[in-house]
Order: sequence, then structure tokens, then C-alpha cells
Amino acid sequence: MRNRDKANQLRMVALIALAIISILLYIFYGLNGSYDYALPRRTIKVVAMAFTGVAIAYSTVIFQTITHNRILTPSVMGLDSLYMLIQTCIYFFFGGVSMFVMNKYLNFTIAVVAMVVFALLFYRLLFKEGKRPIYFLLLVGMITGTFLGSITTFMQVIIDPNEYLSLQNKMFASFNNVNGDLVWFAGAIIVVTLIYGWRLMNSLDVMTLGRENAINLGVQYDKLVKTMLVLSSVLIAVSTALVGPITFFGLIVANLSYQFFETYKHKTLIVGAGLMSIVALVGGQFIVERLFTFNTTLSVIINFIGGIYFIYLLLKESRSAK
Amino acid sequence: MIQVKELTKKYGSKSVVENVTVDIQPGMITSFIGPNGAGKSTLLSMVSRLLNADTGEVLLDKADVRRWKSDEFAKRVSILKQSNYMNVRLTIRELVAFGRFPYTKGRLNDEDNVKVDEALAYMNLEDLQHNFLDELSGGQRQRAFIAMVIAQDTEYILLDEPLNNLDMKHSVQIMKILRKLVDELGKTVVIVLHDINFASVYSDRIVALKDGRVVKDGPTHDIINSEALKDIYDMDIPVQEQNGCRICVYFNS
Repeated sequence: MRNRDKANQLRMVALIALAIISILLYIFYGLNGSYDYALPRRTIKVVAMAFTGVAIAYSTVIFQTITHNRILTPSVMGLDSLYMLIQTCIYFFFGGVSMFVMNKYLNFTIAVVAMVVFALLFYRLLFKEGKRPIYFLLLVGMITGTFLGSITTFMQVIIDPNEYLSLQNKMFASFNNVNGDLVWFAGAIIVVTLIYGWRLMNSLDVMTLGRENAINLGVQYDKLVKTMLVLSSVLIAVSTALVGPITFFGLIVANLSYQFFETYKHKTLIVGAGLMSIVALVGGQFIVERLFTFNTTLSVIINFIGGIYFIYLLLKESRSAK
Repeated sequence: MIQVKELTKKYGSKSVVENVTVDIQPGMITSFIGPNGAGKSTLLSMVSRLLNADTGEVLLDKADVRRWKSDEFAKRVSILKQSNYMNVRLTIRELVAFGRFPYTKGRLNDEDNVKVDEALAYMNLEDLQHNFLDELSGGQRQRAFIAMVIAQDTEYILLDEPLNNLDMKHSVQIMKILRKLVDELGKTVVIVLHDINFASVYSDRIVALKDGRVVKDGPTHDIINSEALKDIYDMDIPVQEQNGCRICVYFNS
């Protein structure tokens, strides 16, 4: 066990180094002394990527722990679909030049508030009648997500094609036009959520033993599940409103972290997954911008790799189930 | 002392446990026996606050278990259920160390490590302690989970069919350890058992349930006789005495 702890420490140091290297590379590669123009812009993008990456990693790991499942992500709760519906509604009813689009604060606030309220209502409704298995919650979430997605598609089909073109920008995660002040605002929410959740990490470790063993060990299981669901919803809402939906991203980093650090300790798993997010997002963005010179977007690459990894995970799980 | 008062649990309109009143005597092994579906496991789940009762109450030291703070209760009463599936790889030692969680909230000090060592020694798991749970046989896994409960160091230990899927040797091994916990460390053990002969040989008291109700409750020698067993199981079961143990020969009755 000692050896395993040591090995994990070493891996963590390597990940931190890798994260720092990608950040420095992204900020300083080809800067050509443009300290006034490029430097602050690149910095803000890196900060945005770090915040969203950590938020998505954190929310995915806790979501997978409370659902006892390593293939689901919080996106099955339908928050991504809701985000798309909100944006589509705004374009549909008010148009692409209305203040709901142009004023980024307003747009951000509407999206976050709507998603958090939706999530809370959802949990209130489902938990009101006492014990329902969490799978019931997931099923309802999936159905709701599909329903919202269908409405969104319907509206997008009949919308003005010009509006649709500008709406498309919202459909894919993008770090290319994140608003500077918004990043700090979102970052503050994310940091507060992280600090609040950090005290509960040891209880989450116990949750991996299953509901009955966790209650036996004095964890208030049902209450903790609700708290964690709300925390992960807030994180997903903020990061989605900041950069747009990244479906597979959380799945990749969470599972890589489980494989990389063979441990049950959530503190290690979450810090690891967060660092991997930073490496993947910043490193990936570096490749997209400098090597592909913006010929593709990062989210396309992430969804491509994420999709392949997802299939790999499914195959692996089905093999181990035999 | 744990007192169960007029406890009822219904699923839909069907009562699984109906109006059960039982006192758990401290310093003894109490076995819950009865046919399938009698409500033994449900009763044990309610006593250990894994399940909420519809009506009635369970009292630990005269206070309702639902009023107890969750971590304080976990220092007094422990429960081990039958199925223990998990999707992380843990070593035996890591699992047993979880037993200290009610005291430490995850940060083990030297005293906790001593308790973990003692629990491992008690279950003869020292040599295996760095093995992963998924590499173990059913009997070894079961011993590992019992070691976790021992490390939890509670007065009351509740076990739901701990002999499930174990062979004779391991079953006897586990029952002997439970006996030792009661006789040497003064614990109180409540156990749901399927095999009536284990209940007869190892327990001090027996509570027999049938259709959610208590049909017999008393010292073991009052329950293990043909008349009482007829009431519980609707079977004519001859009882034979063998080296001071009463054995129920139910195989061809």
C-alpha cells in the first residue's frame, strides 16, 4: 500500500508538471513580444479552460460515485439539452441581436439560473415521495433531455437561417470568444462550490462501499446524495454557460483518472481528473490553434476522442461482466 | 439496550413486518430465524436505521434511532448486509480501515491503526491484508467485511445472513468468532440465520418470525423443540441431542 501511495504521488507530480508545461507552452509559444495584446487574451483563455476543466472533472467524478456507475455523466440529467433549449428560445423569440445575446452577463445569468432552478425542481419532484432508486432519476433525466432536445431541433428547423448560423456558435464548446470578466465571475462560483464540497470528500470515499455500508459507518447517505447532485448541477451549469456543452469530456478525464490512480480516495481522483482536464483542454487548444491553425475546434476533437474512448469503455465493461 | 416497539413496515398494502415488539438482551447472541419472507432482514434493517419503519419505534438507550446523530449511532451499532458489491478495487486493509470512519472521518491516527491490526488478527487476515478484495474467495471476503465491523468497535453487531454461500468450515469459523466476540469482548450480536442448527448451537436467544410477526421469543432451549418448530415452520422436525447440542433433523420430515 505504501508503494501505491508513493507511485500515486509521483504520478501526481508528473501531471502537475505536464499541466504547467501545457499552460506555459500555450501562453508563450509564438508570442513574439506581443505582451500588451496577445498575453492578456491568452491568459484569460487559459484561466477559462482551467476553471471549466476542473468543474467538469469534479462534477463527473462525484456524479459517478453517487450513481455507482462509471459510464454516465451529469449530461444525462438533461442540463446540456436545457442549455441548448434556452439559447434556441432566446434566438427564436428575441433574435440574435437582442440584449439577451449581446449582453453576455445577462445571457450567462439566465442560462445558469435556469439550469440550476431546473435541476432543483427536478430533484424536489423526484425526492418528494421519499425513496426512489437513483436509476429512476437517471431515466427521467434522459427522457427529459431527449424531450428538450427534440423541441430544440424543432425550433432550429423553423428559425431564420441567418439566426441559425449565429446560434450554431452556441452549440459547440468554444474557448475562442470567452468574455474576460465573465470568466472571473464563473470562476468565483466554481471555487466556492469546490471549497464547500471538499469537506465532504472523505464521506464520498465511504459511499463507494454502497449505501448500506455507508449508512453503517455513519454517513447520512440520502442527504449527501442530494447535496452532491446539487453541487454537480451548479458546476455543470456554470461551465456550460461559460463555454458551451462538452459532452464526452468529463467521461474521459474521470475514467483516465480512475485508471491512472488506482485508489478509492476522491481527493486524489478529483485533483488528478482536474489536472488531466487542464492538460487536455490547454494542450488540445494549443494543437488546434498553433498546429491546425484554427481549421477545427477543440470540441470536435474532444467529442471524437471521447466517442472512441466511450466505445472502448463499453466494450471493456461488457467483457468484464461476462 | 435496544428495544423494538410495535414496529410495522408495509410495502403497498402487504405488511412485511407487523407489530413486532422485541428486546435485544445485551451480552448475548440473538438469532432471528423463520421461513423465507418472514421479515427477518427487514426487521434487522429497521433496527439498524437502513430502512424507516412505517409505525412503531426502535430505541437505543431509550432514544429513537432516528433521533440519534448518524455518526454517534455508528459508534454504538454496526450492521453488515448480505450483498456487498462495489466498483472500486480495495485491499482488505483499506476496507477494514473504513471501519474507523465514524471516529476519524477518514484520517487514521496510531490508535486507529492498532484497532485495524487487531481486527485483522481477530479474523486471521494479517497475511492477506494487502490483497485486493476481488482476488479473494467468498469466505475470505466475508471475513474481511466482518473485520471491518470489528474495527468499528461497536457494542452491538448486527449481521444479515453472514453464512450465505459459505461452506461448512467457513460457517463454523465465523460463528466461533462471533461467539468469541460475545464471550471475550462483551459484544451483543444479532444475527439473521437460515440454518436452524447454527442458531441452535451458537445462540443464547432466538426470535422466530413468521409472516412478519414474532411467533417465538426466548432462550434457545425453549425454542429448539419439536412443538415450537412446528409453529414456526409448519414441519414436524425431530430434535436430537448430540454432545450437548440440540440438532434439528429436518431433512426428511
